[in-house]
Amino acid sequence: MRLNRREMIVAMLGAQALLAGCSASPQLPPAGELFGQSFEIGHRLRDGFRPQPDQSAWREVQVVIVGGGAAGLAAARQLHQAGCADFVVLELEPVAGGTSRSGQCDLSAYPWAAHYVPVPLPHNQPLIALLQELGVVESLADDGSPVIREEFLCREPEERVFFQKEWIEGLYPVTGASPEDLAELAAFRREIDRWAAWRDAAGHRAFAIPTRLCSDDPEVTRLDQLSMAEWLRQQGWTSARLHWVVDYSCRDDYGLPAERTSAWAGLLYFAARLKMPGDEHQPFITWPEGNGHLIAHLAALAGPRLQTGFAVTQIRQAAKPGGGPVEVLGVNPVSLAASGFKARHVIFAAPQFLATRLVEGFSNRTARKVDDFQYGSWFVANLQLRDRPRESGFPLCWDNVIHGSRSLGYVVATHQSGRDHGPTVLTWYYPFCEADIHGIREQLLQATWADLADVVLTDLEAAHPDIRSLTTRLDIFRWGHAMIQPRQGFHTSSQRLAASLPDGRIHFANTDLSGIALFEEAFDHGCRAADEVLAQLSNS
Amino acid sequence: MNRAPLLLLYLNVLVIATCGLVYELLAGTLASYLLGDSVTQFSLIIGLYLSAMGAGAWLSRLVPDPRLGRCFIEVELAVALLGGFSAPLLFLAFSRLEVFGVLLYGMVFAIGLLVGLELPLLMRILKGHLDFEDLVSRVLTFDYAGALFASLLFPLLLVPRLGLVRTSLLCGILNAGVGLWGTTLLRPLLTTRGLGGLRGRACLVIGLLAAALIKADSLTSLAEEGAIGHPILHAESTPYQRIVLTKNERGFQLHLNGHLQFNSVDEHRYHEALVHPALSTVRPPQSVLVLGGGDGLAVREILRHRSVKKVTLVDLDPGMTTLADRFPPLEQLSRSALKDPRVTVINDDAFVWISGDDTRFDAVIIDFPDPGTFAIGKLYSTRFYRLLQQRLRPDALVSIQCTSPLVAPRSYWCIVKTLEAVGFHVRPYHAAVPSFGEWGYVLAAMKPVPQRLTLPPELAGELRFLTDGILNSLFELPPDLKRVDADINQLNSQALVRYYDQEWGAWK
Repeated sequence: MRLNRREMIVAMLGAQALLAGCSASPQLPPAGELFGQSFEIGHRLRDGFRPQPDQSAWREVQVVIVGGGAAGLAAARQLHQAGCADFVVLELEPVAGGTSRSGQCDLSAYPWAAHYVPVPLPHNQPLIALLQELGVVESLADDGSPVIREEFLCREPEERVFFQKEWIEGLYPVTGASPEDLAELAAFRREIDRWAAWRDAAGHRAFAIPTRLCSDDPEVTRLDQLSMAEWLRQQGWTSARLHWVVDYSCRDDYGLPAERTSAWAGLLYFAARLKMPGDEHQPFITWPEGNGHLIAHLAALAGPRLQTGFAVTQIRQAAKPGGGPVEVLGVNPVSLAASGFKARHVIFAAPQFLATRLVEGFSNRTARKVDDFQYGSWFVANLQLRDRPRESGFPLCWDNVIHGSRSLGYVVATHQSGRDHGPTVLTWYYPFCEADIHGIREQLLQATWADLADVVLTDLEAAHPDIRSLTTRLDIFRWGHAMIQPRQGFHTSSQRLAASLPDGRIHFANTDLSGIALFEEAFDHGCRAADEVLAQLSNS
Repeated sequence: MNRAPLLLLYLNVLVIATCGLVYELLAGTLASYLLGDSVTQFSLIIGLYLSAMGAGAWLSRLVPDPRLGRCFIEVELAVALLGGFSAPLLFLAFSRLEVFGVLLYGMVFAIGLLVGLELPLLMRILKGHLDFEDLVSRVLTFDYAGALFASLLFPLLLVPRLGLVRTSLLCGILNAGVGLWGTTLLRPLLTTRGLGGLRGRACLVIGLLAAALIKADSLTSLAEEGAIGHPILHAESTPYQRIVLTKNERGFQLHLNGHLQFNSVDEHRYHEALVHPALSTVRPPQSVLVLGGGDGLAVREILRHRSVKKVTLVDLDPGMTTLADRFPPLEQLSRSALKDPRVTVINDDAFVWISGDDTRFDAVIIDFPDPGTFAIGKLYSTRFYRLLQQRLRPDALVSIQCTSPLVAPRSYWCIVKTLEAVGFHVRPYHAAVPSFGEWGYVLAAMKPVPQRLTLPPELAGELRFLTDGILNSLFELPPDLKRVDADINQLNSQALVRYYDQEWGAWK
């Protein structure tokens, strides 16, 4: 079934988007493309496609890393730094990066997904070391906190919201807020401060990043049984504005509404970014290309050991422990030429749902189950504008949110460059928050560029009536399995806890193992999996 | 003719009389704004206008009786056009025309002549319907009542609410309305032939004036005129900012986004104090960088220094650096500084330019607008000042305009502290610029700033504000400008924009 224009807009933006004015023949930008992950090879694999390589097409290598996203590249860096140079990173897509990918036009680089990292707290030394390598850190404070060079911190004005037909500073829609609204907001902040200060008997924070460092005290983990919206209601908070801000935050970080986000994850979003109670959230480190900047650095470190355009089709290991190498088979997704690697260890740095398809005997042999792992779909659009939209109210920020929209608004790629006039690139984000994710995924695959471009522009038109005439190019990326969803119970799920453990010589590293999608988590799992491999290599 | 049309005709007299006096007051006000010396100008304009009215009255006898109605309507339309467009035309001409006086007095005479025709013609139209005594007493009563009405309306409502241009256009529309109405009211006096054409022309005149009124709105908004308070000579919106030039009796003024940038009366104080301290210590400064300052007035001061071989000016807005081409008084005031062969003009955001260039300079003059927006606040940040340091020769001095330390002490000292935070040695100083008030600057260098400054010999006797003695006294800060505590302005805090907003917001 293919949706018509009105149905498409209602399905994605809600009926109110039609009321806001929906012209009969919409003006679309003169240029643009629809990009996506390589669905085709994935679907062929699902249908049993397993070509076998010739004898000559095998290579022996110490470690194969499957997946060239943040986790895989972090593992590669860790191996490299430990002196292990005999590895390959296999990436299905033509470019590395996974959900930290970025793009580039004449005017500016821009993100295709993840676009910032909050300044890490001193307990996250491995990430601080990475940032030091990148020249982002000016110095270290006495407590180990990094002092970040000014040009890499998101510059002010950082954030604004379009509320009641006007742009206002910040995310909380303060216009017309009642004293009760503001009292609830203050109470919410006090509660977040309480969690930022909370320590268990062993001195662990309730919420920390990487999440491996979070306390497992029942007072904290029991939050995972509630939804974030339920948790707010349990506190007695009913302010629509507070609920909106919290819901927005859940959709922004997790692609889930507050009603279906675990309260543990919801609170993590707020509390893990506070160094001390009463602090502002940690400042954001960002680049025009978003986290693509981190990927470029990691990919450069991996050098020729990174093989893009390599579709892993099968991973086989001997049934008994220590029984020979792990075989990683794959094809070139274009030529379909098969080749293979015999490796002493494999780091599987791809999402768990792929492990069931690629690792032979994954479910049977280990009795592992991954059906708790649910992934959200996203759209990201990059709009190239010939000039800034005309507008009044609080000026253009890095992050620009439209209150009441199902989209997440947009970030401005040229913000860090310091150019405040003229052409720019906006990166617009839209998570699918519908409960029926599989039905939606089918519609996603069927939507054309014109359908989706119209959705993007209809959404932005509410705040920028002149957006259609300003847009010279609109590219769209559809992410089918973009982000792990931290639904209720997932943080404490036995499936999730077991998934990080190695399966023989196969080690796992991906942000989905943390139950949330963050560069910091991917990086941490990459380092951890590499350390497991290094430990085993040094033992043998 | 029955009573009702008679009453309506008296109403016409009232409108005509009001508009007639408004044109006279407009011309007088405009002349005293643009040419100064309001007593002379008002006296001249009133005299000229009244004598022109006399000439008109005398000429009215040449109109034959059968053509009275038609002629009255034609006169109304002519008054509407000339009077209605008088203010916009005079404003536009002022900056472009050498012989402005000829145009001004010519128009005043022409409008007076036409207005002088109105009443005699009308009285002759009415004379068949009234006794002579009644006619004279009633028409003159309404005429003088209209004059009173106009003289109250003009200063209390029209000028403050509408401004000169809109007042002029509005009165034009009223005159043309009287003309159009006349085609109905005086129908018995008019021949059918040509009536349609007459009405058509009346509608055309109203249309033209109305279009100009709408255009006036798009050029300058009512709020803008009210906020600036002086008549607007030139206004344009570039992609970067709103540029408005105004004029009053004492001089002309440049406003960017509603903020006064200079007043020609005392800008020499501001620019001498901005430029010469930084150039009087580096000996001899050969290459100078100017950031902002697209009006060319800082460059004018720099070019007085004989040692200067090269000036690079970086200003965001080409609309600003070419303004002198469109506005000759600015060209004169800046002595065509931006066209000097030693000067290179670059139109780019200074923040972007400074990180992309690697030339080093002997002196830098920073003349950005006040930090009222985030886009400008970034140009006062630690990041910007660090980039600036990469463009300095070891002995270079930098002077920076830093808003008023009296009105906005936290803003001022925030800039000083930001400069210190990146390792600059600083010497704060100030100057009194009446149009701005007490104004603040900072002299900064990578080495300690010399305690004693001496103007180069070629400047002796050339400057209107600075002498060696005054120059050194600028660095003595009175107790009411003493240092206050403030945060450092960083890109990710923009503390300065918030201070500036609070402090100037409280002042206004």
